[in-house]
Amino acid sequence: MKPKKDVKKIVFQSEKEMPMMPMSIGSMLFNKTGSWRNIRPEIKLEDCLQCGICWKFCPDMSIEIENEWPVVNYDYCKGCGICAEECPAKCIVMVEERK
Amino acid sequence: MKKEKKMTVTLPLEEYAGSGNLACQGCGAMLAMRYVLKALGPRTVLCIPACCWAVIDGPFPHSSLSVPIYHCAFEAAASTATGVKAGLDMIGDTETTVVAWAGDGGTFDIGLQALSGAAERNDDIIYACYDNEAYMNTGIQRSSATPYGAWTTTTPVKFFKDQPKKDINAIMAAHRIPYQATASTSYPEDLVKKTKKAKGIKGTRFLHIYAPCPTGWKSRPEDTVKLGRMVVQNCIFPLYEVESGEKYTLSLKIKDKKPISDYLKLQGRFRHLKPEEIQTMQEEVDRNWARLLKKCEGN
Amino acid sequence: MKKVIMGNHALSYGALLSRSQVIAAYPITPQTQVVELLSEMCADKTLDAKFIKVESEHSAMAACIGASVVGARTFTATSAQGLALMHELLHWASGGRLPVVMGNVNRSMAPGWSIWTDQNDSLSQRDTGWMQFYCASNQEVLDTVIQAFKVSEQLAIPSMVILDAFALSHTYEVVDIPDQAKVDEYLPPFRPPFRLTPDDPHAFDGLTGPENYFELRYKLQKDMEKAPALIEETGQEYEKLFGRRLRLVEDYLCDDAEIVLVSSGTAGYTARVAVDDLRQNGVKVGNLRIRVFRPFPFEAVRRILKKAKKVAIVDRNISYGHHGIFYQEVKSALYGGANGRPLFGFIAGLGGRDITPATFKGIVDHTLAHDQAEEEIIWIGVKK
Repeated sequence: MKPKKDVKKIVFQSEKEMPMMPMSIGSMLFNKTGSWRNIRPEIKLEDCLQCGICWKFCPDMSIEIENEWPVVNYDYCKGCGICAEECPAKCIVMVEERK
Repeated sequence: MKKEKKMTVTLPLEEYAGSGNLACQGCGAMLAMRYVLKALGPRTVLCIPACCWAVIDGPFPHSSLSVPIYHCAFEAAASTATGVKAGLDMIGDTETTVVAWAGDGGTFDIGLQALSGAAERNDDIIYACYDNEAYMNTGIQRSSATPYGAWTTTTPVKFFKDQPKKDINAIMAAHRIPYQATASTSYPEDLVKKTKKAKGIKGTRFLHIYAPCPTGWKSRPEDTVKLGRMVVQNCIFPLYEVESGEKYTLSLKIKDKKPISDYLKLQGRFRHLKPEEIQTMQEEVDRNWARLLKKCEGN
Repeated sequence: MKKVIMGNHALSYGALLSRSQVIAAYPITPQTQVVELLSEMCADKTLDAKFIKVESEHSAMAACIGASVVGARTFTATSAQGLALMHELLHWASGGRLPVVMGNVNRSMAPGWSIWTDQNDSLSQRDTGWMQFYCASNQEVLDTVIQAFKVSEQLAIPSMVILDAFALSHTYEVVDIPDQAKVDEYLPPFRPPFRLTPDDPHAFDGLTGPENYFELRYKLQKDMEKAPALIEETGQEYEKLFGRRLRLVEDYLCDDAEIVLVSSGTAGYTARVAVDDLRQNGVKVGNLRIRVFRPFPFEAVRRILKKAKKVAIVDRNISYGHHGIFYQEVKSALYGGANGRPLFGFIAGLGGRDITPATFKGIVDHTLAHDQAEEEIIWIGVKK
């Protein structure tokens, strides 16, 4: 999911800002897990069957459906390769992550 | 551009699991949560004991899920969930679904007593066990859900696990709970259907969800969905439902049963196995499958 | 309305009048009557509550925690082995800031099996962050349950209401059972600021790193430090409504005493009988019964024992390798001032917060710069 605005990690400056027990007050969207990957999926839309399988099997919700087509969210994609492995049209290729 | 065509979507679209989570690449437990929450919707609370999901969600003060979670003690998932449900009823919320979401350790082993207690009382909770077949969160130590033959950090290759996987479904069936089902993260439509069915039933409902773990199984992250499919096709982990401990219904008829060796080859935790050991395992799978088919007769 | 009831039933009536909503309990001698009466009250709808017949004490506390975090008022009761089995979850309830109230019947820890009374079971839990009230009469047991809910819910800290096995649990005494409407006046419904609900989703009690854990525990201690004043205040409110004052300690004839006895529980009342007899014979003795042990009533103990020439502390417990626990704590409370070298107490490193050589240098600097400790507890590195 694209963060709607730039989400930051919460760092407390004082105990007064903190809830009295460990209670979450923000999402994990600040944590751009895209930095984890060594390889990234690239979808060749010309060959895409719009079957929905890549969206369905992504463990990180990093394939989103935009205008009926799959789009990789590279902020969060961890490069696991499931989408490429499962794509029936073999139109997703895992390529080496560039610097 | 191609002609106007819609994307095929076989699951509810709404996401309740979020990105930025701490799951490993290719985590089956992540898929399990994603699908179960799609089935249950936002009026759900989770009780999560010590397990991978205690960490995957993210550290205080953050959370990657859009549903509320109570992190509880390791052996207490079922009993905490029982309390949550009773409390919600007393404050006037009878709509919210209460789910105990635990790994195999917190279900088969340390959490078994609490689970049995809740099931015997038929407490109105869904207990979902995502099974990655070892104590993964603490570093891949063996659990009673670890299959025969597997390497783990406490069953090294020279002394690999030589007890069979505990039959948690038989234990739950013995409690005669209204509904239980097995599911695999590689059959998400089936998992969603079963979860929705469970949601509509009162009493203790148990979901046993096979969740591949590349880190613990020494498999490739991209093979996670393939493994979840193979384990059903070779009948190691058949998909079925049980109602009231008696009525067994097979979810997927397996016409062309695959040998287990292909499945084992994809996982480093089985790499040390000798052909005769694999044969022992195959025989056990065949026996279990025959026994299950007999129970399902007529359904 | 006055009734002749046993101590265990006083706990049950306390839970009933407090409008407990979820009770999860497992039987153990000598607590069984508490839960038996409560389950009857739930069955005939005298008490509108869910009674969960859990399969162990660990599950009992887990269920209470689950019910409390969604905003239901929860009660349970146990003793000895059961309390010990819950130990992990006692930390959970206090760290999770849940106002569970629990009755504990003081029973000796096995082995050998003993169903009779001493205080090691509850005192073994003194470090878990629960408030502890040691009762000496069935009336006090009932009154304390109600007060405990009020104090616990205001501070978000759980409480134990403690009574001696058999001497109190099974002894019948005349108890004035308060009127429900008056209890409702004293104890409003439970309305926590945050609870587990899909209407306002949060994740509770998750992974907490060294950068945050220390501050959370600092907050627990700081709130616990408000408890003595709150207990006295709510104790006075209780007197206005019910005619009985509930205090941190009960001093009897201590003003001119040369020797003051210090004890707790039913022994604390037995001591008064002895004090009366001894006074008849001209011995200037007084009695200090400690009712609230956690939070420790430092100010009251110091004030009441100030003039005594000698203090005789009686413990129905022992911390092996050290001494009786009330003895240790009273002794440490009395240390200081003209009584010894200045001691400076620092808290550092909770939750893995780093302790470095620089930490110690700072501690030494502070100690050099002060003749006496200016605060009871000096917190190192807490983000205030």
